[in-house]
Amino acid sequence: MPTISKSPWMMHYDGSSCNGCDIEVLACLTPLYDIERFGVINTGDPRQADILLITGGVNYHNESVVKQIYEQMPTPKVVVAVGICACSGGVFKDCYNIKGGVDTTIPVDIYVPGCAARPESIIDGVLQAVELLARKQTEAESATAAEGEAQ
Amino acid sequence: MKRTIVPFGPQHPVLPEPIHLDLVLEDEKVVEAIPSFGFVHRGMEDLASKRDFNDYLYVVERICGICSYMHGMAYCEGAERIFGVEIPDRAKYLRTIWCELSRLHSHLLWLGLLADAFGFEALFMQSWRVREKILDMVEDSTGGRLISSVNRIGGVARDMDSAMLAGFVAQFDKMESELRALTKVFLTDSTVRARLFEVGVLTKQDALLYGAVGPMMRASGIELDTRKLGYAAYGKLDFDIITSNGCDALARCEVRIGEIFQSFRLIRQAVDKIPAGEIYIPVSGNPKGEATVRVEQPRGEALYYMKANGTRNLERFRVRTPTFSNVYSLLKILPGAQFADVPLLILTIDPCISCTER
Repeated sequence: MPTISKSPWMMHYDGSSCNGCDIEVLACLTPLYDIERFGVINTGDPRQADILLITGGVNYHNESVVKQIYEQMPTPKVVVAVGICACSGGVFKDCYNIKGGVDTTIPVDIYVPGCAARPESIIDGVLQAVELLARKQTEAESATAAEGEAQ
Repeated sequence: MKRTIVPFGPQHPVLPEPIHLDLVLEDEKVVEAIPSFGFVHRGMEDLASKRDFNDYLYVVERICGICSYMHGMAYCEGAERIFGVEIPDRAKYLRTIWCELSRLHSHLLWLGLLADAFGFEALFMQSWRVREKILDMVEDSTGGRLISSVNRIGGVARDMDSAMLAGFVAQFDKMESELRALTKVFLTDSTVRARLFEVGVLTKQDALLYGAVGPMMRASGIELDTRKLGYAAYGKLDFDIITSNGCDALARCEVRIGEIFQSFRLIRQAVDKIPAGEIYIPVSGNPKGEATVRVEQPRGEALYYMKANGTRNLERFRVRTPTFSNVYSLLKILPGAQFADVPLLILTIDPCISCTER
């Protein structure tokens, strides 16, 4: 069992959300939902984060910031698109400044539906992200081991 | 002394939303703050020309997820003025109750974020624990935790029966006593006072000069509240405008806590006085004309302008949100502040970037 699945660090960034999902992501940290019981800690530093939660569709001004945060994160990393706007652009899809969902800018692994996404579904998304993260780490480790044997 | 420029944001641990400031520092002291916006700009006002005016209500509710209810209500009030319809009294009282529930959850959210900004995590958790009970009430009565979509042009879509209303009021006593315990920590605890007292002073003259609104203005000693205009059922209810002459971050905290208790008072009165009857009157046709609506949101006064030309789309829709007005005051209080106080000062205006940039 990879160690990362016991203590993944999560980071949140607002693509161009209406604040609804942002607040629900924060609500996941509070006593009623308490995502920390799964070992998940919210961090503000992309270089220490394993899971990236993005709320809201990506707008043209924010695009480079989202890309930069994604590139700053160490591998393996998992991206969770929280809310319908992050999945597809949602109600803002036709707005002139919205590029679309998060997957137009960076690769997305998990899609969490809802407007605003409920804390329960966000926690479900994060837990799926934790499993995926563990799988990605195992794959990376076995690839490194195979490379070592070949040499 | 040599000056340094420190970029602050758009991604920052304290802020849930992206805002960018270039802070010009001399040693640890801020000399100037240069903001840049646009990280959440979506172009929603333009969307008015692409959506049917009835559908556009759902877009307006998503200007901001926190004061979503009030945005929707103001849009409906504007449309009702254009159509020249008077909504039933019961709908007005229901709107007032939901407005005050929104204010409660927004102020509790702010108190939590403020506690988080000065590093008092237990206080953050406690504030949000109380807030969850308010969200449960919103969910019970509307079906949504944040985005409720219960407003319609001509009234509201859902009713609350007397058992539900009595159930809400029955919970208030316990919540008020919990909040009094939290208030004591916020206003008298020495560690909290050390971070808030005489930090970010905005004098009464400056508040007028820079056009501050909402709790930011009332904490500088100006007694003004748009609710006193009497929209929805506010004209028939009695409440005090909470002000403080402290002008600092502590005064802003004090004003918002005072407003929480006034909201409980308003809901109690509304539940006592709510009349029986219809909650919706049908409105048909396309609107023609223009309307201006002002409502008091948790963050301050918001102004809406609507222009309709008889087609199914609005010709123009414009919002001036409270954070937009308060950013000027923020840029006034930042110079002279310590660098470590910057996140705290940004929070004291209760920024809602998604409102500001739309």
